[in-house]
Order: sequence, then C-alpha cells, then structure tokens
Amino acid sequence: MTPAFAYPLREFGHQWLVYRRSWRGSIVIGLLNPLLFLTGIGIGIGRLVDANHATLGVSYLSFLAPGMIAASAMQMAFTSGAFQVFFQAQATGSYTYTVATPLSPRDIMIGQQLFSSARVGLLSAGFFVIQVALGAADSWMSLLTVPVAVLTGLAFSAPAAAWAIGVRDFRHIRTFFRFVIQPLYLLSGTFFPLSTQAHWVQTLAYASPLWHGVELCRTLNLGTATLTGSLVHIGYLLLFVVAGLVVGSWRFRRRLHA
Amino acid sequence: MTTAATTHDVRARRGWIGARALFERQMKVYRHGWAEVVAAVLEPLMYLLAMGVGVGHLVGNVPGVRSDVTFAQYIAPALLAMAVMNASTNETIFGAYGRIKQTNLYDVVLATPVDVREIVLAEVLWATTRGTLAGVGFLAIMAGLGLTLSWSALLLLPMSVLIAVAFAPAGLVVASYVRSVDDFQYVQLVMLPMFLFATTFYPLSVYPRAIQVLVVALPLYHSINVVRGPSLGTVGPDVVIGVAFLVGMTVLGWWFALRRMRHILIH
Repeated sequence: MTPAFAYPLREFGHQWLVYRRSWRGSIVIGLLNPLLFLTGIGIGIGRLVDANHATLGVSYLSFLAPGMIAASAMQMAFTSGAFQVFFQAQATGSYTYTVATPLSPRDIMIGQQLFSSARVGLLSAGFFVIQVALGAADSWMSLLTVPVAVLTGLAFSAPAAAWAIGVRDFRHIRTFFRFVIQPLYLLSGTFFPLSTQAHWVQTLAYASPLWHGVELCRTLNLGTATLTGSLVHIGYLLLFVVAGLVVGSWRFRRRLHA
Repeated sequence: MTTAATTHDVRARRGWIGARALFERQMKVYRHGWAEVVAAVLEPLMYLLAMGVGVGHLVGNVPGVRSDVTFAQYIAPALLAMAVMNASTNETIFGAYGRIKQTNLYDVVLATPVDVREIVLAEVLWATTRGTLAGVGFLAIMAGLGLTLSWSALLLLPMSVLIAVAFAPAGLVVASYVRSVDDFQYVQLVMLPMFLFATTFYPLSVYPRAIQVLVVALPLYHSINVVRGPSLGTVGPDVVIGVAFLVGMTVLGWWFALRRMRHILIH
C-alpha cells in the first residue's frame, strides 16, 4: 500500500521539476523585491530615523529586516497559492491531468502547499543570509525567523489556494492582491511600530495574520520573544493554515471531481 | 491648388479621427476597469499611510528641507509623481503589449485607413488621461489631508499631465521590446528601484556623490522635482530643469515610439 504522503509528494515533485526550469524569474521578483525595500527603506530612511534617535531600541534596519522576511513570505505565498492554483485549475493546467491519476484532489492541494512552502523557505533563507551580511540579525534566535516565515506563508497560501481553486476570472485574484495583500504588506507593522498608532489601528492590525508573523519574527530577532507570546502568534497563524486546508480539501474536491 | 489643400485638409482631419476612434474604444474598455482607477490612487495612499504617517513618526526632520515640513508632506508629492508614472506606463507597457501582441488589435486596425502615427497618438492620449486622473485623484487626497503647503500646489495639475505625457511614449518603446509576459518582471526590476531611490523618501544629499549622478539621470527624479517644489511652496530652478527634462523626454520618446511601432507593426 502507498503511504499517505507519497501522492502529495508526487504533486510536489511535479511542481518542483517545472520550477527548476523557470526559477530565475521568480528569484528576480522574490528576492530582489524585499532586498530593494531593505536598502531603499531600511538603509535609506534608516539614516533619517537613526539620526532622529527614534525610540526603537535598535537600528531601523534591524527593526525592518525581520518584518520584511515575514511580509515577503506572505507575498510569495499568496502568489504561489492563488495565481498558480488558478492557472493549474484551468482546462490547460496540470490539475486537469493530475486528477485522472490516483492522486486525490486533497493530495494535489497538499503537494501544492508543500511546494509553496519550499519556495517560501528558499526565499526566506536567502533573505536571512543577506540580513546577517548586513549585520541586522541580532540574536541566535534570529535563525528561527526562517521557519516562522514559512508558517506565515502557509497561513496565506492555504486559504489563498482554497479560494483560488474556484475563482473563474483571473482579474479577481489581481484585485484581491492589490486591495488586500498590498495594504497588509504596508500596514501590518512591517515598516513602523504600531505602538505609535491610534488604538483602533492597533486593534485592526492584531486581526491581520501578517502582524503576528511580523511580531514573532521581530521579537525572535531581538531576542525578546516570550514563550506565551510566541505560542499565541503561532496559534493564530495555525488557525489560518488549518482553516485553509479544511476548506481547501472540500473546494478542491468539488472543483476537480466535478 | 485647391485640390492639394483639400487633400491635406482631409488627411489632417482623418489623422485625428482615427486617433479619436481608438481613444473612444479605450474608454469603453476601461469602463469595466473600476479596480484600476481605484488602485491607481489607493497604492500611493497606502504608501502615504505606511511611510508618511507610520514611519514619519520616527523620522522627524528631513535634512535640507524646511523644518516645518513633515515627512508626510515631503513624500506626498513624490507619491503623486509615482502614481502618475505608474498609471501612464501601466497603460503603455502592459496594456499596449496586450493590444500589440496578444489580441493583435493593431494588425486589425492597420487594415483600416488608420495609420501607425494615429495609433501612437491614441495610446499617448489615453495613457495621459489615465495618468492625469491618478494625479488629480491623489492631489485631492493630499489637499484634503492638508499635505499641500501653498497655492502653487495647483501647478500639480499641469505637472501631472506633463509627467503622464513624458512617460507614455517611453512606455510604448518598452512594450515594443517585450517578447513575452515573462519580460514584465524586468520592467518591475527597473520601476521598483526607480520608485525607491529617485528621492521619493529622502533628498539627493543622503546619497554618496557617485550615486547622485545616477539618481539625477532617472526620469522619476525629475518628475518628483516638478511637483515637490510647487507642493511645498518653494519653486526653484530644479522645477525648470525638471520641466525641460520631461519635455525633452516626450519629444525623444515620441520619435522613438513612432519608429519602434512602425518597425513591429508593419512587417
């Protein structure tokens, strides 16, 4: 009998094979994007912030970098979760053929999530190396920001895939990216501490899974993470992962076995 | 004599008719694109909130700028320039690429009396309209939030038109070189650093001398100069230089766009 994880690994293997032929493009988008923000905003605006003796406790670059690792994980995960799933689910996409094999819709979904996590993991690892090189990793616990970024990514790619599998018009995904993902990217405390903001802004940000990812990465990087706080952040992110996978299994089956 | 004049007359009028027909087509297509209109203003607004308000708390004074200017007031005009540039080039790079190479619209159009010059004219007019719309929308937000410091901010209206016009033909040139949608990421690779480094968030003096030379060569740098001064109420020589740069870019871009479009559309 085939072990339960063998089929999802097949789907993962397929995606990986395709990716090996086209990784250059996604590296450009994936790694250069956060890198440019890190230099343009982190070092550039950082000079103004640090000269102003702002009360961050660390340099602005050290403050921004762990936030960026989580935020770019979200961007990458949404892209591979939503856009890829949408295209593969089209008549010309690979899912159409994959469902004719012993792989179940759920195997496909899990394989897709594994692949998405691998990409986010690679991106985050690359980002982390640069962060260390720039001297913005302040604690040995900084290393843990890479798996946290993967978890943050999953909290977006799982629900995104669950939604995108049933989307009929490509433009809906682009609109979602512009009106939800981009604002989250900019306003979830990645670039500035929310403690300086109005109370209602803070409350709103707590609902954003990205804020929990950013906060967890940041406290790990500074070495100020507490066990309880970290568990709350992880729990909140896991909630999105589980919800995405549960709804996704159902929606993948409904769409692909229709 | 009369015949010659009439022919010339007809040709001139027809040149306008073809461009107008294409322009009207774009308007009809765009009517369903409400998301584009909102996004063109939402994007700079998000940056204004994140950087201007959020990071602004940490920044304090911008070096080399009057001390009564807040960080939000400093970056807002630059974000307007970015929004106009993006709206204009979105149309001429991504939109035009679709019309040239995906739907092959212009192959069909060229089978009618419409010629390449009219196509370029229509593209530029339409991109300018979109860019100007984005500029007007964001200027209204800026004024509403008290981010414009002087009546000279009214100059941001004609300046938006100028920025949009300058980027439109340049975008067409880029679109003519795009081989497939995969090439768009290289476009991003130019646009994003330009946005981050063209003195959007901090003045030129922050950079080392060698990098300053590079920044001054960026079209967005000059676009920011023509709106930042008027918005803050300090109109200096950099505004004049910026206007000259953008006019030059328009003329050069127009000539090059025409050449490129003839090259790729007439096989």
